[in-house]
Amino acid sequence: MEKLAMGNYGIYVWSCFGLTLAVVIFSDWRARLRHKRVYRDIEVRIKALGDGR
Amino acid sequence: MWKFFHQLASPPHFYRLAASLSPWFAVPGLALIAYGVYAGLFLAPMDYQQGDAFRIIYVHVPSAYLSMMAYMIMAISGGIGLIWRIKLSHAVAAAAAPLGAAFTFLALVTGSIWGRPMWGTWWEWGDPRLTSELILLFLYFGYMALRGAIDDTAKADKASAVLALVGIVNVVIVHFSVEWWSSLHQGQTLMKEGGPAMDPGMLYPLLAMILGFTFLFGSLLLRRVRTEVLFRERRTRWVREMILSPEGK
Repeated sequence: MEKLAMGNYGIYVWSCFGLTLAVVIFSDWRARLRHKRVYRDIEVRIKALGDGR
Repeated sequence: MWKFFHQLASPPHFYRLAASLSPWFAVPGLALIAYGVYAGLFLAPMDYQQGDAFRIIYVHVPSAYLSMMAYMIMAISGGIGLIWRIKLSHAVAAAAAPLGAAFTFLALVTGSIWGRPMWGTWWEWGDPRLTSELILLFLYFGYMALRGAIDDTAKADKASAVLALVGIVNVVIVHFSVEWWSSLHQGQTLMKEGGPAMDPGMLYPLLAMILGFTFLFGSLLLRRVRTEVLFRERRTRWVREMILSPEGK
């Protein structure tokens, strides 16, 4: 517990690490989501054209 | 050699290559970050002046470094696209911008949180490092807004590349601001003359975090470039064939 308190700086230290983790996860999620959307949009457009030719 | 670069710049080749390369960046990146977080939080000795608050360095410095590196990648790729008209480099520039903005945001917020207990303030407008880093964030926003405002991709690529190239001046200011002007922000720690001014127990986790963040950034960038390539090439035959093929994605 003493280590987690970080000498009374725990709130500052843990909030920075937590925020970094959140931003990295968000960036990864956004990248996946956008790829999925772009791919699906193209797929729908191609299939709407019939057999894709 | 030229054949290699020519092949690399080919959108279908890059699209497939990026998919297979991305995990090779992500896995070592995550391993280095795991070591860096553990060693930085629990093994590194406490700073004699800042106490445990100094541990914020392990997320602040890699974010700040990536905020500048992402900008340089964006500007140089835009420049290459402008001069040699390589379509892929504009895709790289467009993909680097949101990542750069995310890491600039992180550098600003973690710096501000670190500043509160150390300087007694969340923000200091007169400080050149803080202000130039904030301008960097606005440059990213401006770059993305400009791209979004122009429907024609070729025109958007050109205009945003010019903006990115002009903005390099600010990256130079961010980097040297602590040397050129008196600043609340501490001076260079790693790139100091005579070597880094840190205890090895503090230094190694920091180097691991910087390298880990760089790998992770590489993985995210590759995936974003892949999506950007797919979007730009959506009307081409290779995309149609790929989507209709049984392997799909």
